[in-house]
Order: sequence, then structure tokens, then C-alpha cells
Amino acid sequence: MVPTRELLPTAEPLSLLRKDGSPVEDSPLAMPDDDVLLELHRRMVVGRRFDTQATALTKQGRLAVYPSSRGQEACEVGAVLALREQDWLFPTYRDCVALVTRGVDSAETLTLLQGGWHLGYDPYVHRVGPQCTPLATNTLHAVGFAHAARLKGEDTAALVLVGDGATSEGDTHEALNFAGVWKAPVVFLVQNNGYAISVPMSKQNAAPSLAHKGIGYGVPSVLVDGNDVAAVYAVVKEAVEAGGPTLIEALTYRIEAHTNADDATRYRTSDEVAAWLDRDPVDRIEAYLTARGLLTPERRAAVAAEAEEFAAGVRAALNTDHEHDPMSLFEHVYATPTRHLREQAALLAEELA
Amino acid sequence: MTAQSTSQSTSLSMAAALNRAMADALAEDPTVLVFGEDVGALGGVFRVTDGLEARFGSHRVFDTPLAESGIVGTAIGMAMNGLRPVVEMQFDAFAYPAFEQITSHLAKLRNRTRGRIGLPVVIRVPYGGGIGGVEHHCDSSEAYYTHTPGLTVVTPGTPDDAYRLLRDAIASPDPVIFLEPKRRYWSKGEVTFEGSTPMDRAVIRRPGRDVTVIAYGPMVATALETAEAATEEGWDVEVVDLRSLAPFDDETVCASVRRTGRAVVVHEASGFGGYGAEVAARVTERCFHHLHAPVLRVTGWDIPYPPPKLEEHHLPNVDRILDTIARLQWDDEVVGVRGA
Ligand SMILES: Cc1ncc(C[n+]2csc(CCOP(=O)(O)OP(=O)(O)O)c2C)c(N)n1
Repeated sequence: MVPTRELLPTAEPLSLLRKDGSPVEDSPLAMPDDDVLLELHRRMVVGRRFDTQATALTKQGRLAVYPSSRGQEACEVGAVLALREQDWLFPTYRDCVALVTRGVDSAETLTLLQGGWHLGYDPYVHRVGPQCTPLATNTLHAVGFAHAARLKGEDTAALVLVGDGATSEGDTHEALNFAGVWKAPVVFLVQNNGYAISVPMSKQNAAPSLAHKGIGYGVPSVLVDGNDVAAVYAVVKEAVEAGGPTLIEALTYRIEAHTNADDATRYRTSDEVAAWLDRDPVDRIEAYLTARGLLTPERRAAVAAEAEEFAAGVRAALNTDHEHDPMSLFEHVYATPTRHLREQAALLAEELA
Repeated sequence: MTAQSTSQSTSLSMAAALNRAMADALAEDPTVLVFGEDVGALGGVFRVTDGLEARFGSHRVFDTPLAESGIVGTAIGMAMNGLRPVVEMQFDAFAYPAFEQITSHLAKLRNRTRGRIGLPVVIRVPYGGGIGGVEHHCDSSEAYYTHTPGLTVVTPGTPDDAYRLLRDAIASPDPVIFLEPKRRYWSKGEVTFEGSTPMDRAVIRRPGRDVTVIAYGPMVATALETAEAATEEGWDVEVVDLRSLAPFDDETVCASVRRTGRAVVVHEASGFGGYGAEVAARVTERCFHHLHAPVLRVTGWDIPYPPPKLEEHHLPNVDRILDTIARLQWDDEVVGVRGA
């Protein structure tokens, strides 16, 4: 069983792999099995290729906007692969890579950003809530969902993703408190990527770390190296298995600007970015797996080819023009359109005739 | 009157009728939950949930931490996972911390997900004044909700409707803002427990020939009193109780106004940008050629809700409604809107 879980995080982030890919000998975390590590690597490579493809599509006008998670792949992939099939993911706008890792169709993932509708996928198919834009509001949905599962006697955990900036929102604190009181099986994963658009951590938080905020709510907390996919996987898996709430802060970095529409040179230096490029999460797991002889040149090439194929699929799907039915505007405001909306739909139909 | 005497009917206060509605829903449907601040052992500050926790257990009826966004946000998550939460906001103005969850998610998730996520959540809000409440305890917040597509907004004027509308709200596949006129909690009336008028329909509480007074929630009783008093002036007043604010029942309201040719809308909330403006516009658009006078409004002043000792000067009352009826061009005198 799970040992007594600490409310306070460690002073140093937990890790399994150093920046150069060498293993940390005395880590309290369990190193994932080899096949899991290979799968984590494969999904990170595919996820990164998806991400660069999506950014490229903004330049061609195929996506209205794209918030890249380049540099955060260890969080996006490590956390999602640690979930069990029955668990739910509650993502934000930043987490498209997490979605495709969970199995959501890439074109359906991008529907929101492509502008055809507010959401392209069915949340119940892969157990993924709608990508959430109002910051931190998804934390409460995750707590309610997980608590409902408990009430129904189901063994379902919820993983909710939030940014560092979103930890300043009231909903984060209400959610941690509700989860603590209800002992709801929710994993709060804060991807601390250094910035909320332009605002750095120093203007966001006065606590020793974001993970320290758990103690006030009685929620066990973990600080983890967010560029170490093995460690992210291990701590999320442990948190899911523990059954109650856990707050995890993963230290990572957003390599790209906030979105393609942002100019990051206005608020950070290229030296800072370069230092984080040197801590690249994909390079790290590759170095470890290569040194162990697990990642052969053949496998590496096969994964790269798969990523290219995935990107080609994204391009093909996004370069196809779809019809958007104006009459669908009225269809799902209520379970059954009201008289009032039927009248308005008829007026629009007249305009279109 | 909808309250008929049947073998099953009982005289209940509105609070007791609401309590019965929740108890019956909890008994019939195991997915129904009731939660909020002080709704458990205390039974709510107005005792509307009295006895429910004891009867159904604290896994179905429970106190939550004191956080309104948390209450509505977790209710959304629970509804996504197949439950039917009925949550209480302690007072009108204390629902505002939940506004983001209500407007950005509760109202929109069905539409955002093209119908894949429906949220059968009921938010009960004791609202309005007239009870000598201090600041922040007497707001009429209906227009914030009716302005938000995706929400259904209902408010009972009688104990019978309180029972029926709450049962229908809990059964609804869509989120319902259920506004409870707190000054009428203790008013008694016959409750039949049987299905009657559909939730989205207005009812004619009192038929009349000369003028339609359109009211809802706490003002239904005031409108009925006005109708009695108006007989002395020789006016036969028809009172329409809207019951459902969103959707609005154009058909029933406009049929009444076409018959009477005159209409007055009454509500406690401030008039500017208020719900009555929408009613006046819709009635004018649809009944213009039947109207003998402009549709007039009787509302609270455009001020923050006043302190208890001044609230009587704010709230619409029988005299103010009668004065307004008097200005409905009965003798070809042009109706003046007071002020510039
Ligand atoms: C309630 C709310 N306020 C403001 C915004 C606008 N906004 C979008 S992203 C963002 C920064 C969020 O930063 P963070 O939580 O660190 O997440 P990141 O974007 O870095 O992943 C802001 C201010 C919003 N979406 N929601």
C-alpha cells in the first residue's frame, strides 16, 4: 500500500533522470518499466511533431491560433500515460498534446482552434473533458466528477491540468479545499512553465513553491522535475493509485511564445530560452534509452517516421475545407430548442434562402 | 387559479412545498443530490431543506465548504458524471461568486459539446426583498440569468407552482435557475402535487377585461391585491403570472394583452435594462395594433437595494401599480413618461 503521504513537497524537485539522461541513483520514485519508457518516448516524439505541425498551420491560416506546449511534452505525455482507462482528463487550451496522447483524433482536437466549433470531440469517448479556457474553472469540474464517481462506487480518478498563472485564481483554491474535505481522487497537475502570458512566477506567487499551497488544504503535494518524463509518469501514477487528492507542481518551460500571436521577446531573454532548450525533455529520455541500448537506431527511425506520418494526417485533415451549417447554431442551446429559438432559426433560414 | 381541491391536495407554505418537491425527487431518483451551505443539519437558513439530510443520508444531502463557485463548479462535474445536483445559493447576492461557472460553463456546455454533455443542474436562489433584510440579502438578480442563453429561469408565485416547478426543474435535462421569492416562503396555499401547466408556460391567475398586469415571483401576490383594489376604480384587471422568465411565454402573454389592450409589467428589480424592458418590447412588437396605450413598467428604482427602513419606498406596491394603471390613456389623455 501507499506510505503516509507528505503534505509538504520536497525542497528539490523529484526526478529520475538528470538533464544529461543519466539516472538519479537515490530517487524515491520508482523507475517505470522499459516498455513504458519506450512508449513515453514514442508519444513525446509524436506529440512534439504534432505541436510543430499545428504551429505551422497557424502560419498558413488553417488555425486561428495555437498555444504551443513545446518543451512541456514530459508533462503532457507522462501524466496522460499514467492514467488508467477509466480515469478522466480535464485539460486546458495548452494541452492539445495531452489530448492526442489520450487518443483524441488530431483534427477533432484542433476543431476549437480551427474555428469550426467550440469543441470537436465527444468527451465521453476518451474520457476527456472539454479543453477549458476560463482559467482554473476546470479544477472544480474535476473535483465534482471524481466525487460523483466515489458516490457511485466507481474507481475513477480525475487528472486536471492547470498553468502556474491559474493557481492564482480563486477556483483553484476552492477546488483544492473541496478535494481535501471530500478526499476526492483528483490529481492537480500544475505545469509551471514560468509564465502566464508575460507575467513571471515572481509576480504570481510568494510561497516557496506552488506545490506548497497544498498544505493549507490538507492535500499531499509533490514538486517534480517537469522535463523528466519518467518522474512525471511515476508521481502521477502514484497519485492516481493513492486514491485521494494530490497537488503536483511540475517545473518546466514554455519554449514558444504564449501563442503564435504573442511576442515573447518583450518579456524574456533568448539566454533564458537557450538554457531551457539545453534541458530538453525529449533529448533527456532519448539519451537514457540510448545509453541503455533500448532505443536502437531502427526504433528511433521508426518513431520519427510515425511522427511524420501523424503530421501528414494532421495536414491532410486541416487542409480540407468543411461546410459549417449555420442552422446548427440553434441546435444545442437547450436539449429541445425553445419556441423562441425555433423562431430565430426560421429567421436565419429566411436570410439564407 | 391552478390550485384545485383534489383528494391529494394539502395546504402548505411555499417553503414546505419546495421541501416536499426535493424530498419526492430524492425518493424517486437515486441520482438526485441536494447540497450547499447549511443545507444539512440546519435545513438551510430558510429551512427549505429541513429534514432531508436525516431522511436521505449525508451522501445525498450535505453541507459543502463555503464557496459558491465551488458549489456550482463541482455540481457541473457531478452532472457530467451522471448525477442531478440541486444546489442552494444562500441568498441572491451570494450567488455572484458562482457567476463565472454559471455563465461560462453551466449555460454553455451543452452547446459547446454539440449536445454531448447535458447538465441537469438546479440552482435554487432565494431572491428579492420585502423581509427587512440588510444589504446583500435582497437582490433581484433575474436579468443576469435571463440574459444568458442556455439557462432556463423560473420563479414560482404560489406554493402549488413552487412544488410543480421544482419537480419539473429537477427533471429538466438543462440547467435551471430556480428563483424563490423569499418574502413568500411562509405564504400558504393549496398544493396538488399533480402535473399541471408545463414549466415553460405562463398562467392567468385572475381573468379581467381591461388591463393585463404581468408579474412573477414575489409580485404575483401584489398584482392580485392590486386587481382586487382596482375594482373600486372600475377596472377589471387580468393578472398573468409568468412562472417561466426564460423561455418567455409570448403566446399566453400576448393573447391576454390583445384581449385587454393594455399592459403593465411589474417587478422588484431595477427597471433600467431589467427584465420588464424585454417584456415591454416583446409585447409591443407583437401587439402594437391592439394596444390603447404604451406598455408601462412598475419596478424598483435604479438604485442599489435600500436598507430595511427604506425598502418600502423602493418596492412596487398596490398604490404604485394602480397609479400606473391610471396612466394607461383611459380618456385619450396622452401617456406621459415621467422624467425627461
Ligand atoms: C479567467 C481568465 N482570465 C484571463 C484569461 C486570459 N488568459 C488566457 S491564458 C492566460 C495565462 C495563463 O497562464 P498559465 O495559467 O500559467 O497557463 P499557460 O498559458 O502558461 O499554460 C491568460 C491570462 C483567461 N483565459 N481566463
